[in-house]
Amino acid sequence: MLTAQTKEYPLPSELQAKIDLVLESHDNDPTQIVGILLDVQDLNERHYVPEPVAYYLADRLAMPVTNVFDCLNFYSELSSTPRAKYPIQICASPACRVNAIHTNVLIDTLEQLLDIKMGEITYDGRFTLERTTCYGACDRAPSVRINGKIYDHLDTREKIVDMLRSLE
Amino acid sequence: MSTNIKFLTQNFGKYDTSSISSYMSVGGFDALKKAVTMDPEDICTLLSDAKIRGRGGAEYPLGRKWSQARAVKGENKIVICNADEGETTTFKDRELIKNDPFNLIEALIIAGYVCNATDGYIYMRAEYYCHRQLILNAIRQARNYGFLGKNILGKGFDFDLHLYSGGGAYVCGEGTALIRSIEGKAGRPRMKPPFVKVSGLFARPTCLNNVESLSLVPHLLMDTADVYMNCGSGESIGTKMVSVAGNVNNPGAFEIPFGTTVREIIYNLAGGVQNDGEIQLIQFGGASGKIADASILDTPYTYDDLKAAGVGVGSGALLVIDKRTSVLDFLRMNQEFFYEESCGQCTPCREGNLHIKIILDKLAAGTATEEDIKLMTTIARVMSRSSLCGLGETAQNTLMAAMKVFPEVFSVGGAK
Repeated sequence: MLTAQTKEYPLPSELQAKIDLVLESHDNDPTQIVGILLDVQDLNERHYVPEPVAYYLADRLAMPVTNVFDCLNFYSELSSTPRAKYPIQICASPACRVNAIHTNVLIDTLEQLLDIKMGEITYDGRFTLERTTCYGACDRAPSVRINGKIYDHLDTREKIVDMLRSLE
Repeated sequence: MSTNIKFLTQNFGKYDTSSISSYMSVGGFDALKKAVTMDPEDICTLLSDAKIRGRGGAEYPLGRKWSQARAVKGENKIVICNADEGETTTFKDRELIKNDPFNLIEALIIAGYVCNATDGYIYMRAEYYCHRQLILNAIRQARNYGFLGKNILGKGFDFDLHLYSGGGAYVCGEGTALIRSIEGKAGRPRMKPPFVKVSGLFARPTCLNNVESLSLVPHLLMDTADVYMNCGSGESIGTKMVSVAGNVNNPGAFEIPFGTTVREIIYNLAGGVQNDGEIQLIQFGGASGKIADASILDTPYTYDDLKAAGVGVGSGALLVIDKRTSVLDFLRMNQEFFYEESCGQCTPCREGNLHIKIILDKLAAGTATEEDIKLMTTIARVMSRSSLCGLGETAQNTLMAAMKVFPEVFSVGGAK
């Protein structure tokens, strides 16, 4: 049944080959689904797992597609809808936020430079500003996290501009 | 007392973390070679004598845990390393993973030997994905050197290691949720019993340990000079990793001997409060920890002294907040965290965290009534008693401690 559905959503063979490589690096092990989804969503420029890909994975791992979507919706690091090319995550937990002056400067500067508000996406889909919970960089505040990489000690406008430029 | 001790952190910077031969040149895997010549029960006794308690926050005695894991009947037992360090302000495990990955691998193999397990799992949070290759490489090299696989060191002991990644859910630090996540499902906690030590991962007997608790074991086995046993006193022997952040000049993770005062940690190690400010409050043990005011500064950092002062060691985090942030604003930030991270499965935690958040917001807006405060106290109590897992049970620790330490904040129409 799943196979039939997969055939209705044929994947570009190039993408399929890339997904197969990810699966192989996780030993085609269905219990590794979270790690697999983390890798697969980074194959997409918008860092998400499109529906046909979810069906393909379910098929390859012989698991119900509902389980794939359950994981996609449960884990905050995973997404089933398009995100930005550079989702900028800012820690909203107390350890970072009590350094209020720096954190506010960071948020204000980013909002001004990108011309969007917190929670919004730029018109070209390149940047979002998101609040997130603690990512364990409390000693490096103020920081942002973009596609898993932490950019730390962003306490001046120059550093923030340099950080954004480095993403080009 | 000297705060400059390197026991758990003795290997930091001493070897190339990508090379097993470099690790072995600083005495790596000597502890494993020694362990396999020992009676596993003696290793448990050693851990019990050192009074090691679980370093993730639950503080369960490690020696007893391993002894019980040995005693459980069942085949193909499992040991798990919980590297899903999700408590806010906690990043001590990150330092241990980054600076001494081989020690963790060695510790897990020893745990496998003691608990008679056949498989070990490391569950690492998605936020530490950048350290994945480091651990995978360490596992691969250990396998090539025969420290993993069949018949390890010729002792007829089979053991292998697997690395799993989390998906950014705080609740997956809870034992049963973590296990579901490794099984390839969404990490929602389940009812206990059955306890994981009897029926855990893949319904096999499972022994769950924190990174720091595990990392201690190889060092302790090789500690012929009793460095560890000579630190601290009473029920708190040895050293502890603490992570200090917030309004301090030099935030970071530090190793301290038990008995160091909170003042020494904050002012000597963490460089004191920013702009020489005054301390408003200190939160111990992360988001689910308790808080105290500046009167705790001269308390020695030990399990008993902190407990007597109304707080606890927990995960080893210290969040220092100065007078620029009000107690209420801090509580709202902390509550937002739990509101976000509650998995929503059980009613007390899902609804409780929402309604406490609403009441705290009302309190900040000056519209809360006495009735609201009473309701909030009731919700907090109900949550701590009837939630499904540890997340809901401990979510209101901070609030309840705040009600004791700063009662003026909750007097309606009173303080800010």
